[in-house]
Amino acid sequence: MKTFVSVLGLGLGLLLAPAAYAQTGDLLGQLDSQTTDPQKREVVSATFKATHIINSQSVETPGEGTLAFLIQHRFGTLNSGAYNFFGLDQAVLRLGFEYGLTDRLTVGIGRSSQEKTYDGSLKYRAIRQTTGARAMPVSVTLFASSAINTLKFNLAPGEDRSTASRVTYSYQALIARKFSPNLSVQLMPTLIHRNYVATPGQQNDVYALGGGLRQKITKRTALTADYYYLLPGNTADNFRNALGLGVDLETGGHIFQLHVTNSLGMTEKFFVPETTGKFFSGDLYFGFTVARNFTLKSQL
Amino acid sequence: MTKEGRVTFFSTSIIEDIEAINNSTASIVDVTANQFAFSVPIKEFTFKRTLMQEHFNENYMESDKFPRATFTGRFTDADLSVLTVPGNHNFRAEGDLTLHGVTRRIVVPATLEIKNGQLQAFASFNVAPADYNIEVPLLVRENIAKIVRVRVVLIANPVAAPAATRPAN
Repeated sequence: MKTFVSVLGLGLGLLLAPAAYAQTGDLLGQLDSQTTDPQKREVVSATFKATHIINSQSVETPGEGTLAFLIQHRFGTLNSGAYNFFGLDQAVLRLGFEYGLTDRLTVGIGRSSQEKTYDGSLKYRAIRQTTGARAMPVSVTLFASSAINTLKFNLAPGEDRSTASRVTYSYQALIARKFSPNLSVQLMPTLIHRNYVATPGQQNDVYALGGGLRQKITKRTALTADYYYLLPGNTADNFRNALGLGVDLETGGHIFQLHVTNSLGMTEKFFVPETTGKFFSGDLYFGFTVARNFTLKSQL
Repeated sequence: MTKEGRVTFFSTSIIEDIEAINNSTASIVDVTANQFAFSVPIKEFTFKRTLMQEHFNENYMESDKFPRATFTGRFTDADLSVLTVPGNHNFRAEGDLTLHGVTRRIVVPATLEIKNGQLQAFASFNVAPADYNIEVPLLVRENIAKIVRVRVVLIANPVAAPAATRPAN
């Protein structure tokens, strides 16, 4: 009788090397030698646990048909004293939705209570890190968002401000590498364009370089950090670099991210150019993000 | 060469049903020597939810460390020569299942048939994640079944082995 072989997607390779196997009887060895394709490139997944590191976006996207719902909170500063219950009396909130149109392209909307700001974003996974022959060393995700402040203007008589003056734009290239299953590092060259700035001490265009990392400590918990270095300019002279330190806790369908940061705002237009807190003087905002994924379209 | 072969599994619990499909299973069945081998790349399992797939690989199966599951062994309970008779034949597949780095000897019922010159095989059996050191955290213990149903369906094409090296049946 005969020997039967089934290899899905790699079937032709089996026909080429049938000679050795009846002698050795090591069927598994044959399977491995025939199915292990050294040219095969595998995409590296789960560089970060969630679509945000702390303040920053991460290279991750929800994936096609998945809706991520984010509830983001920042309380007041820890050094605001017992009277303010160390910041817990106040809270700034952002609600966000991110939907994966494809595995690569995500659209997002959000609303922050800070300055009654609405934001909309596009995020595109341009390059994915791979293993194997001619491996791609990094993942690159491009992120663009715009935000509009909808506070009522408190204008002096004769002063006029257009709707356009309420709008800011953020552009980022997120470049990440998962060095090991536990350690991932991300770099984020960033440009924030503000149509209007109140004082010459700020700038319309603010350039910054961000960095972020994730170090897993168990299978379901990780330490995270992200930081934005403002490139020299008026903004860098008058504002602070944003720093966040946090913990990711993963349960089944939720990811809890707990953190402290010197930035109150949770969108790029706030935390990159408008951070005022001094991290090491205790101007620390305790905050958390809860991310919940809803599958709107099954992968099967 | 047409190929249809897949491994699927089902976990049913009060809270949620989890299902995954793997269409990249490779197998060799040597009917003459009565031996078989399956190799299942763990990363190729597709789930309904992307997050499930991520958790499956990262937290449960640790597919970076253990990229494939294998099952090797032989058929017992009947003589494979009955395959020359048309129709379904029941066997027991007895062998070593290696999953998440743990190898256990299992015996599962399997149905084989040679049809249109192809070998068609079907098997369905249970696997307990705990037997393979797959930890399920307390928080999701109600979501993941203690016993997971695995189904294997495969259609394999004959490969002629050189006559001189073929062991006697």
